[in-house]
Amino acid sequence: MSAVTIAPPDQDRGRLAAARATLALAWADPIGRAGFILLALTVLISVAGPLVFPFNPKAVGSSAADILKPPSAVHWLGTDELGRDVFREVLAGSQVSLLVGLLATAISMIAGTAVGLAAGYSRGLLGVLMMRVTDFFLVLPTLPLIIALAAVVGQSMGVIILVIGLTSWASTARIVRSQVLSVRERVFVERVRALGATDLRIALVHILPNVLPLIFANTVLVIAGSILSEATLAFLGLGDPLHTSWGTMLHAAFANGAISRGAWWYLVPPGLGIVFVVLGFTLLGYTLDRILNPRLRNR
Amino acid sequence: MTGRARYLATKIAQAAVTLAAVATFNFLLFHLLPGDPIRLQARAGRLGPEDIARLKALYGLDLSLPEQFLVYLRNLVTGNLGTSFTLKRPVADILAERIVNTVELLLLATVLVVIIGIVAGVFAASRRGSRADAVTVTTALLFWSLPTFWTGLVLIFLAGVWLHLLPISGMTTPGAHPANALAGLVDLLRHLVLPTITLILVDIGQFVLITRSSLIDVMTEDFILTARAKGLSARTVLWRHGVRNAMLPVVTASALYVALVIGGAIQVETVFSWPGMGSLIYDAVLRRDYPLIEASFLLFAVTVILVNFLSDLLYMAIDPRVRNA
Repeated sequence: MSAVTIAPPDQDRGRLAAARATLALAWADPIGRAGFILLALTVLISVAGPLVFPFNPKAVGSSAADILKPPSAVHWLGTDELGRDVFREVLAGSQVSLLVGLLATAISMIAGTAVGLAAGYSRGLLGVLMMRVTDFFLVLPTLPLIIALAAVVGQSMGVIILVIGLTSWASTARIVRSQVLSVRERVFVERVRALGATDLRIALVHILPNVLPLIFANTVLVIAGSILSEATLAFLGLGDPLHTSWGTMLHAAFANGAISRGAWWYLVPPGLGIVFVVLGFTLLGYTLDRILNPRLRNR
Repeated sequence: MTGRARYLATKIAQAAVTLAAVATFNFLLFHLLPGDPIRLQARAGRLGPEDIARLKALYGLDLSLPEQFLVYLRNLVTGNLGTSFTLKRPVADILAERIVNTVELLLLATVLVVIIGIVAGVFAASRRGSRADAVTVTTALLFWSLPTFWTGLVLIFLAGVWLHLLPISGMTTPGAHPANALAGLVDLLRHLVLPTITLILVDIGQFVLITRSSLIDVMTEDFILTARAKGLSARTVLWRHGVRNAMLPVVTASALYVALVIGGAIQVETVFSWPGMGSLIYDAVLRRDYPLIEASFLLFAVTVILVNFLSDLLYMAIDPRVRNA
């Protein structure tokens, strides 16, 4: 094979500029800007918050009087069912919720992109089979599936990340496949094939970069879904008992009757945290989808 | 074979293959993955080897995996879903009782979501770009971001604990003996209010957005221009020509919607102690009642596949391109 490398039509620099232009467009959109601001605040709070106000899960109250206390000068958001500071707990929980959401999304993206690339690029039986498997996973009701898996496999953070990631890739695979189908017919793909590039190289070097923009918008929306999934799983008692997340807090609040005892300070902050983060990703993802998806442009 | 018959045959074949795949997947999930049901069940007391062997034989776990699969298939076909570990009753009987309550819960919410969702979506699409449109879209995205269980908890707190307006748990008032059927119905409806509002809030966002974007798509098509040129009123063009055709993607999305509703039902029933399928799977998970979890998962999956199939049929009925193919 010759040493000549044929670059895909748009160069890396062009791609970087395109990415910057996309983000600028999203920032110019009021909905997109609201998403950016919510996410920036969330990242700031979850990174800096626990450093300034560290949470000690063992700092339980010394007597029954310390349990489920309303907000005071000492405990800004009151105490939980063990007499611990809810404010600090919410800050600590933000890290677990974000981490699980991001890592699960990473798994989901890698699996979805791989399946989508293979399904779109191979014209034979493999492609058909991959697509049938994707449709199968698309049809399975997600929450019962995650519940069944978590119940069977166990309740560590790693398992939860894996379960959420491996059950949410199907929509990504579909998007990637349909993009691949249109990209692979373009002239430049024919050209690099004529030069002797292998299928794998064509898929990874020449087709993948052209598919990335759409995956990007989808990724942001999958993060929102993954964070919701983690919260739901944890609320149903299938969270990692060793790591406090917003979902496990709400599980504890519910299971210990904090709501019927009127402990709004234990119910509202973790839930608002979830809504804030998920809304941030949803607003941004919706805007990016509108900008990047040619079918949706000008809406 | 006409195009229509071929379409139908393809869809039936697809549904059958998916059903078989789900049944197999369900078996593998609960028979291959780690977690020994006998050991889990025996957590409380100490079991001798002969007790374990007896229990294994009882649950058919002493057979080889292919043999277990055949037994599983035979049981599925005959409707024998095993016996619940905790309730010590046939799983099929428990499911039959619970599913009625879930349908009762979901029916009203789903009808309202469809009506309100379509009206709001049409409202936004026909005022595309206006402030009203932006407010509708943003509200839909906000509702979409609400965790179902938390929305339910907040409503419980506001309307139940704080204001004492409505019942927050179960289907009926415990210990109450309604004087007549009407009083009983009123009691049931009062219990339905908060779970129904929760389901509407969390499910409606997606419906509004799909209707809106589909209608915007349709309104740019040539036949809309033709209809306008014919001199039809704006209202007729919008509803007869626009909305009618915009419903196609909405029908396709209804299968995805069912998966969403099932997820919602699990959370809402848990939060409001509604004795349906959702709270059943929650309790089963807490007590690791594997036969119940297994059967519930299968039932949910089969429901989604059947609704998918029905939406394909409906698609055939309303899309002229498929209908006359």
